[in-house]
Amino acid sequence: MMDIEEKHREREIVLPGEFLGENLKPGTGVYNEGKQIYSAVFGVKSVRANMINVIPLGGRYIPKINDCLIGTITEIGPSSWLVDINSPYPALLHVTESPWRVDFGEAAKFLNIGDAVLVKVSSVDETKKVQVTMKDMGLRKITGGRLIEIAPSKIPRLIGKGGSMISMIKKSTKCRIFAGQNGRIWLEGDEPSINTAVTAIKKIENEAHTFGLTDAISKYLEGK
Amino acid sequence: MEQLIKDGRRIDGRKFDELRQIRIEAGVLKRADGSAYMEWGGNKALAAVYGPREARPRHIQNPTRAIVQCRYNMAAFSVSDRKRQGPDRRSVEISKIMSEALEHVVFTEQFPRASIDVYIEVLQADAGTRCTGLTAASVALADAGIPMRDFVSSCAVGKVDGQIVLDLGKQEDNLGDADLPIAIMPRTKEILLLQMDGHLTIEEFNKAVDMGMNACMEIYEMQKEAMRKKYPGD
Repeated sequence: MMDIEEKHREREIVLPGEFLGENLKPGTGVYNEGKQIYSAVFGVKSVRANMINVIPLGGRYIPKINDCLIGTITEIGPSSWLVDINSPYPALLHVTESPWRVDFGEAAKFLNIGDAVLVKVSSVDETKKVQVTMKDMGLRKITGGRLIEIAPSKIPRLIGKGGSMISMIKKSTKCRIFAGQNGRIWLEGDEPSINTAVTAIKKIENEAHTFGLTDAISKYLEGK
Repeated sequence: MEQLIKDGRRIDGRKFDELRQIRIEAGVLKRADGSAYMEWGGNKALAAVYGPREARPRHIQNPTRAIVQCRYNMAAFSVSDRKRQGPDRRSVEISKIMSEALEHVVFTEQFPRASIDVYIEVLQADAGTRCTGLTAASVALADAGIPMRDFVSSCAVGKVDGQIVLDLGKQEDNLGDADLPIAIMPRTKEILLLQMDGHLTIEEFNKAVDMGMNACMEIYEMQKEAMRKKYPGD
């Protein structure tokens, strides 16, 4: 039964301006003119429960509330940091949103330019002014390990349904992996297993639009 | 003067409504967010797209939407007499009209304060570089994953020896009576760019626009094919 459903959900590649259907609910990556729905981006079409979406194959990360990201500090103010989140918009991290008690003008004692941090988007306003926080489970400054970048649109594929894909890589390589929604991935473990994990991740990035990717990756990891 | 039309054929042997050889390739540059390379007759152009990214300097930002910044540039070696480098009157004008054409297809309101930068480099010129550049730019935008209403397809029409002909070649452009580049959104056929150099009667103009529109639809198919080739079926 599952098999048949999988086959019907064809991964159709659509282009901007392409007609997708009528009388469906427009989701993301699409636009409508009256009842007709057209694709807005170059991506993969997906229809789920009357909702039509196009998942882009490329494009920049646009901040969304509650997304967990990996940022790097680019500027230090007296009571805040500016964080590059791999997006057109830099994010503000205020000292009251950090896990430490920071005295005025001493922000640099805790986070310096170039430091990588795990953050969560706490607010985005209509002009895309972004604020991030470090006051949540597991959010912290990153030390050690390796940081890589992939296309942000392919992060959901890397994580997989309910985290199936990423947990498989974690289990098989015994690495600690954290994938930020902005396309940055942090890995920690011994050198050879990090290399294996990175190759697997790059493989997912390149083949994100194909079927049976979980099987292909599991085969690749077993072979190692 | 040289005869541009002989026995119902043009100087390069084409029919009146025939396009030159066209080749489009998407995603040719690794460092840019999106790119395209296009050959159109003797024209060779590269288009690269960056962004959306933070618009700098700050005063050019628009708090409600993104700006589209286009730079059209001809390489020094693109023409037979070395072209002096740097923006000139002509390329500043072309950059402006291209930005305006592209701004109408991109969903700029999704990226307030940002800038989408399009760089078009003409490597070899052979009449109709603005159409080549704009067509390539829209493929590069799609390749960059930027949300847009539609592609931009563009083509020139002209008048040589009293006859309306499609897609002027170099000699036809230099010696002809009129040149009319147009760019459209193929789905709705809205005109995004239309310029005219020379003289046409109203009947000739209408005929030229019709001819140009049909050619744009042909080019649209080639643009789509170029994008599809990047991700061949599973």
